[in-house]
Amino acid sequence: MIILLLQQMLNGLQLGSVYALIALGYTMVYGILRLINFAHGDIFMISCYFGFFAACAFLSKGLPTWLAFIATMMVSMLLTALVAVLIERVAYKPLRYAPKVSAVITALGIGLFLENFTLATLGPTPRGMPALLPNVNYRLGPLSMSSVQILIIIISIVLMFLLDRVVQKTMTGMAMRAVSYDKTTASVMGVPVDKIISITFAIGSAVAGAGGVLYSLAYPIINPYMGVRIGWWAFIAAVIGGIGNVRGAMLGAYILAFVEVFTPMVLPSSTYRDFVAFTVLLIVLVVRPTGLMGRVTAQKV
Amino acid sequence: MSLLQIEGLTHFFGGLKAVSDFNLELANGEVVGLIGPNGAGKTTVFNLITGVYKPSRGRIRFDGHDLVGLQSCQIISMGIARTFQTIRLFRDLTVLDNVRLGHFAQARYGIRDALMRSAKFRDEEKRIKDKALELLEAFNLTRYAYVPAKALPYGEQRRLEIARALSSNPKLLLLDEPAAGMNPREIDELLERIAWLKDEFHLTIFLIEHQMRVVMGICERIAVLDFGETIAVGAPLEIQTDPRVLEAYLGKEVS
Amino acid sequence: MGPKSRITLVLVLLGFALCIFIERSGLLSAYILQISMYVGINIILTLSLNLVNGYMGEFSVGHAGFMAIGAYVSSIITVRVFHNQMGPLVFPLAVIVAGIVAAATSFVVAFPSFRTRGDYLAIVTLAFNMIVKSVLENIDALGGPRGFMGMSRLTNLANVYAWCLITIYVVRNFVYSNFGRAVLSIREDEVASNLVSVNTRQMKIMVFLIASFFAGVAGGLFAHVMQFINPRSFAIQKSTDILVMVYLGGIGSIFGSVLGATVYTVLLELLRPLGVWRWVVGPIMLVVLMICRPTGIMGLKELSGLIPREEQVLKEKEGADVVTASD
Repeated sequence: MIILLLQQMLNGLQLGSVYALIALGYTMVYGILRLINFAHGDIFMISCYFGFFAACAFLSKGLPTWLAFIATMMVSMLLTALVAVLIERVAYKPLRYAPKVSAVITALGIGLFLENFTLATLGPTPRGMPALLPNVNYRLGPLSMSSVQILIIIISIVLMFLLDRVVQKTMTGMAMRAVSYDKTTASVMGVPVDKIISITFAIGSAVAGAGGVLYSLAYPIINPYMGVRIGWWAFIAAVIGGIGNVRGAMLGAYILAFVEVFTPMVLPSSTYRDFVAFTVLLIVLVVRPTGLMGRVTAQKV
Repeated sequence: MSLLQIEGLTHFFGGLKAVSDFNLELANGEVVGLIGPNGAGKTTVFNLITGVYKPSRGRIRFDGHDLVGLQSCQIISMGIARTFQTIRLFRDLTVLDNVRLGHFAQARYGIRDALMRSAKFRDEEKRIKDKALELLEAFNLTRYAYVPAKALPYGEQRRLEIARALSSNPKLLLLDEPAAGMNPREIDELLERIAWLKDEFHLTIFLIEHQMRVVMGICERIAVLDFGETIAVGAPLEIQTDPRVLEAYLGKEVS
Repeated sequence: MGPKSRITLVLVLLGFALCIFIERSGLLSAYILQISMYVGINIILTLSLNLVNGYMGEFSVGHAGFMAIGAYVSSIITVRVFHNQMGPLVFPLAVIVAGIVAAATSFVVAFPSFRTRGDYLAIVTLAFNMIVKSVLENIDALGGPRGFMGMSRLTNLANVYAWCLITIYVVRNFVYSNFGRAVLSIREDEVASNLVSVNTRQMKIMVFLIASFFAGVAGGLFAHVMQFINPRSFAIQKSTDILVMVYLGGIGSIFGSVLGATVYTVLLELLRPLGVWRWVVGPIMLVVLMICRPTGIMGLKELSGLIPREEQVLKEKEGADVVTASD
């Protein structure tokens, strides 16, 4: 029992790391624009395809797998960031001062567009991601873990750590936080608001792009609808942690991943996992309306 | 007989004491002023009376009822109405609808009457509309009845806010800086209007103001707050010469 | 009864006659008949969601959850309780019960709305939708993820039409009353609304009750057109569809909702020959609409025929000195 528990915790850690990478994109965009970017899950899906095509190309050129892995990560992160910035410029920017619902509806529309455009051009057949990482199984007593699993956890944590540093310590990060508090004041203080917003989209999506490659290495089936479920879960993670809060998103992601891996152990079937996850979400929101780490804003009268 | 009794009213924001042990009684028909420097906790007192915040300690009694713990709408329906420091009209609703909303608690028809358009509904709606139009007439706003509130000039918006407050038939009116942004001529008008309001609607008035001219002009009694503490209560002349008040307003070197 | 209401009554009755005639005569193909019923059902859904999102200014993204409850409840009544007997007699009752049960569940959303607004309430409604779907997927007695079938086709044009009219009538009468004004004031400024004596909690409960009742009704009608339902038909995508219709037509407008539901439903059918590309073109059109006209087709305006007489601005009657919005 203990062993199963530990094993599942390891799986939870792996899944949580990927969720966290995606949840970061939701939370960063929300932090800066107060916009729930419902297209983010589909941006993640796109990044998996980028990763898939890049990996195939690099491998067919005869690159060693570790080199191909690094190159694939780079390409996927870069292209995903580009797509996201393009979406921001074309679809969201014109709506920055429109009623907020228009922007949310637009985000939903963009998500549908990405899904169906992929479906229409690449077809519904799932693609299998080629193996880029050496898959060795280590046994630690009765516990087994694969090298892929360990790498995913390590790479994700390193990425999150770097991102946290960027937001907390660099000029760009400071500008992001300034824009998130007050766009007008930030722009008066000389912060190039448009540029900072684009950078936020770029970073958030690049991280999701890394998440996409890692995810498809662990669960190597890529299809146009994969972004829907994972996107929602990452989104719940961001909200549970307190949307807009980078560290909260990471916390939420791990909580949710544990919910997902432990649900089948407690309840009769894994089909209850949505139910459990959303119930957790509902309870968190009722008890702490702005999430576990979200700041509570007082009402001004 | 006192209409409003506030005893030991205290409120914290986080660790910050916004109002500390505030005591005041308002007799029926009185006009009382609440003054003090910026951030002294004046608006917080209003927010505590009207149930926007729940006091950390203290009692508020109005007309024999305990107000602490009630929802704002219940407090308002008991006969307290207020205006806001920065205008808070329903900007996209018409002027008429703004005033009609104040009648919400008095409408004597239920949801079934509204959905079936019963005779009761029609009578009540007519009564409410007539009363609202009457109020608009009294405030010289009739010609704007069907305009969205946001389209009104500033002075008219201020007037409309008072009209809307009166539509809920209050006994006690709380005015939060009614003279903010007004020029001397407009202030004279306002003073006349408040005096008229008091007699016409049999009101007790509690008002926050920055401008000494307004307060000295109409208030029978004045309470002074500084950093949440009540530093003086008394008649305007006493207040004007109270050294602690001068200190709060002008700084230490004067005293 | 004034001349205007008499004309309305005649039109309503003519509409009924037309519905029955069309269905009996077989003048329209089964396909077009089906689309017409979808239009009607979508009008009910759109209008009821407009009450929450348009008039009250909340952002509910879980309307399909209520619809799901209505669909399943009504189907259980007609299939399991009455074994498809006395269909035409039982059906109206089943639909009403479906609405009531859906309305009863709306407290799950209404109570959090006291404390939470905006994005967070949106997420609560989303969670509600997901939970409903997930629960239905896990009840084997209702078919689980495979779905529930065996309903006869009890929905017809006449009863869709009737429910459409009831929805429009109720929403209009609600909106143009003390309650409606109160709901609008919540959209504008909830704190101020409370401070002019509006019982905002009561109003929120009322709005969610009405909205979810009609969503439940729409679900009941939908189940008995399709004759087969499964939890996936009421996923978040369905809620998104309804949202799109609301904002396409224009928030805070009854006619806007009618228009939005009709245009969207018909347009999607017209785009059917595009195959997969239909869902590529559709979202692009939506995004373009949001950028060019964020307030939807009607843009907060109402068709004057839907505004009660006593609420219309009569310049002549009020005298020449009345300033109107167009000045």
